[in-house]
Amino acid sequence: MGLLTSILSISLGAILINNFIFSQFLGCCPFLGCSSKVDTAVGMGLAVTFVMGLASAICSLINTYILVAETSIFGVDLSFLQTLTFILVIAALVQFVEMFLKKAIPSLYSALGIYLPLITTNCAVLGVVLLNVQNSYNFIESTVYGITGGLGFLLAIVLFASVRERVQFAEYPESFEGFPICLVTASLLALAFMGFSGMKIF
Amino acid sequence: MNVKKQFKDGLITNNPVLVQLLGMCSTMAITTSLFNGIGMGISVLVILTCCNVVISAMRKVIPNDIRIAVFVVIIAGFVTIVDYVLKAYIPALSESLGVFIPLIVVNCIIIGRAEAFAAKNSVAASALDGIFQGLGYTVVLCVMCIIRELLGKGTFGGGILNGGDGIALFGSNFQGAMILTMPFGGFLTLGCLIALMQYALRKSKEKKAKEEDK
Repeated sequence: MGLLTSILSISLGAILINNFIFSQFLGCCPFLGCSSKVDTAVGMGLAVTFVMGLASAICSLINTYILVAETSIFGVDLSFLQTLTFILVIAALVQFVEMFLKKAIPSLYSALGIYLPLITTNCAVLGVVLLNVQNSYNFIESTVYGITGGLGFLLAIVLFASVRERVQFAEYPESFEGFPICLVTASLLALAFMGFSGMKIF
Repeated sequence: MNVKKQFKDGLITNNPVLVQLLGMCSTMAITTSLFNGIGMGISVLVILTCCNVVISAMRKVIPNDIRIAVFVVIIAGFVTIVDYVLKAYIPALSESLGVFIPLIVVNCIIIGRAEAFAAKNSVAASALDGIFQGLGYTVVLCVMCIIRELLGKGTFGGGILNGGDGIALFGSNFQGAMILTMPFGGFLTLGCLIALMQYALRKSKEKKAKEEDK
């Protein structure tokens, strides 16, 4: 399979078929916590996309050239440090993005507020890095998977936030107040995304 | 130290999943067979207890400004240990949970309990908290698994009983609602369980208020 084909199939898979939220359950916490308004949802989705793309690229390089024995520049097998290294890289990256946004785009920084540092504990970010290793993607494929996975997250959270703004005005049983009704709404969206399953380019 | 209260807190009144709403990704993702549920629950219980003990023992040494980073490193260490132990001794479980074992690092339950409990309490209390909160998580996982498996496939105890196929409770010709074993079912079952919990808590509060009126 050529590079372009594999990039195309990775993108389609990450955005629609294996959407990070609706079919892999990665990143549900910010998805449910940060989706009461469409504006914040868009900001959150973009920030996550950025961090996911960057984290995939950097972690892919670190994994190939430092951790895995065959290709490591040190020639030592350090793959047992994968989880630890990845989470530290992500934490440092989020800190860096936070400082950068604070200086460069203060308006977006204040809009994202508390959610920015929380990206560190977003399982979609660590998840995409681990999946890259599991699927043995190379540098380009990893980066593409990271960015398109983030776009899938963006699509899901924006769709969900728009639905949620309407749900506020609906009537539902008292016990479903708050989280339960959100989960039921999300389940219906997941049902819609199931329609994409089995789709293939080639 | 109040063991009874901690036990009730962990399992019911302050249940990590149903009341604190933590760690929902894994709750929805892996609850398709009882084997997964018990395996994931016990892994989290072990990691949570170990992390609580270590963090509580070090709580006076860790500088306040970098405490989250220190917590994450401690948690990642224990998660790696559990990951490798599972790979070596229960490869079937490791395979079926896949990426969700290393993802325990970012499971909010562990970092949440570290921040809310272990960083402020004694070692023994933190250990108990780890065990009870872990138990609360395991129980919810098992309930989810049982509901989704029973309605989805009509079996009980998939992965463990009857050579891994589970016991077919409704006969082998039963056509289950397969959709409940898919992502849709995860969201829906958890939503209904949390709603049930909110209903129960509200009723018990009303009952208490009524008794006080008398």
